[in-house]
Amino acid sequence: MGSVEPAAHGDTTATLDPESAEWVRALAGGGAGRERALLRLHEMLLRVARGEVSRRAPRLSISGPELDDLAHQAAADAMMALTGKLEQFRGESRFTTWAYKFVIFEVSGKIGRHYWRKPDVRLDTEDWERLPDRMGFDPAHQAEWHDLIVALHRAVDDDLTPHQRRVFIAIVLNGIPLDALVAEMDSNRNAIYKTLFDARRKLAASLAARGYLNHYARRS
Amino acid sequence: MSEWSQLERFLQTDPEDVGCGEAMEIMHVYADLVQAGADPEARYPGVAAHLRACGPCAEDLEGLLAALNDPHD
Ligand SMILES: [Zn+2]
Repeated sequence: MGSVEPAAHGDTTATLDPESAEWVRALAGGGAGRERALLRLHEMLLRVARGEVSRRAPRLSISGPELDDLAHQAAADAMMALTGKLEQFRGESRFTTWAYKFVIFEVSGKIGRHYWRKPDVRLDTEDWERLPDRMGFDPAHQAEWHDLIVALHRAVDDDLTPHQRRVFIAIVLNGIPLDALVAEMDSNRNAIYKTLFDARRKLAASLAARGYLNHYARRS
Repeated sequence: MSEWSQLERFLQTDPEDVGCGEAMEIMHVYADLVQAGADPEARYPGVAAHLRACGPCAEDLEGLLAALNDPHD
C-alpha cells in the first residue's frame, strides 16, 4: 500500500483560526471557563452524534430509544477520547471538524458492535452458493461465471493464509460489515482492511495466473 | 457489465491506497478541504485512492461532511 507524503504529517502547527484557538484555549485552561467549554463541547458532539445516527438509521436495524442511546454513548466516548488528545490537535483543520471526527468514528464503532445483536448473523459459515448473488451475478449468465466461481473458491482455499481466508469468508461470502468484523475479532479497521487488501491482491494474481482474469480483457 | 469484470474490479487493488489508518488520521483535514472547495484528491492521492475502495472510510467522510454542512453551525 502507499503512504501519505511526510509533508501531511509535518510538525509545523498551522496558525489557528480564531474560533479554533478559543476552543483550545478554553479546554486547555482551567476553572469555570473550561467547565463551560466542556458543556458546550458535549452539546455539540451530541448534536453531531444524533445527526449521524439518524443519517445512517435507514440502513440499520436500530431505531427509537436504542438509536438515541447509541448517540449518547458515542458523544460521551468521543468527549473522553478528544479531551485526552487535545495536545494532538495541530490546527491542520478547524477544531470543530477535528472534534466531529471523533464522534463519527465512535458511531461507526458502536454500529459495528451492535451488529452482533441480530439473531441470525454468522461469521464462519461457508456457503459458496451465495457468492454469485453477493457479487450481483446474473443467474441467466451462469454458464459464463460458473468456472470463475470454482476457480475463485480454489484460490481462496489454496492461496490465502487461514486469517486471510477467515476475513474473506466473513466479509465477502457472509456479508459481515467490516466494522462488525473489527469488533468481533477485537482488531482495528486498518488491520482488517489490510488483510482483505492482501487477500484480494493474492486472488487476483492467482486467477490471472490460471488464465481467468484476462478473460474479460480479451473480450473487451 | 459482465460478471468477469465485476469480480476483476472487486479484486483489483490500488498500490497508492494508504489503508484505513492513514485515511482516518487525515480525514478531518481532507473534509475541510472538500468543504472549502479545494482539491483534496490532488493533495492526498493515496487517501483518495483509499476512499474509492473502502466503504467504511467513505461512509465516515460522508458523515463528517454532513455534520459540517449541518445548518446548525
Ligand atoms: Zn478504510
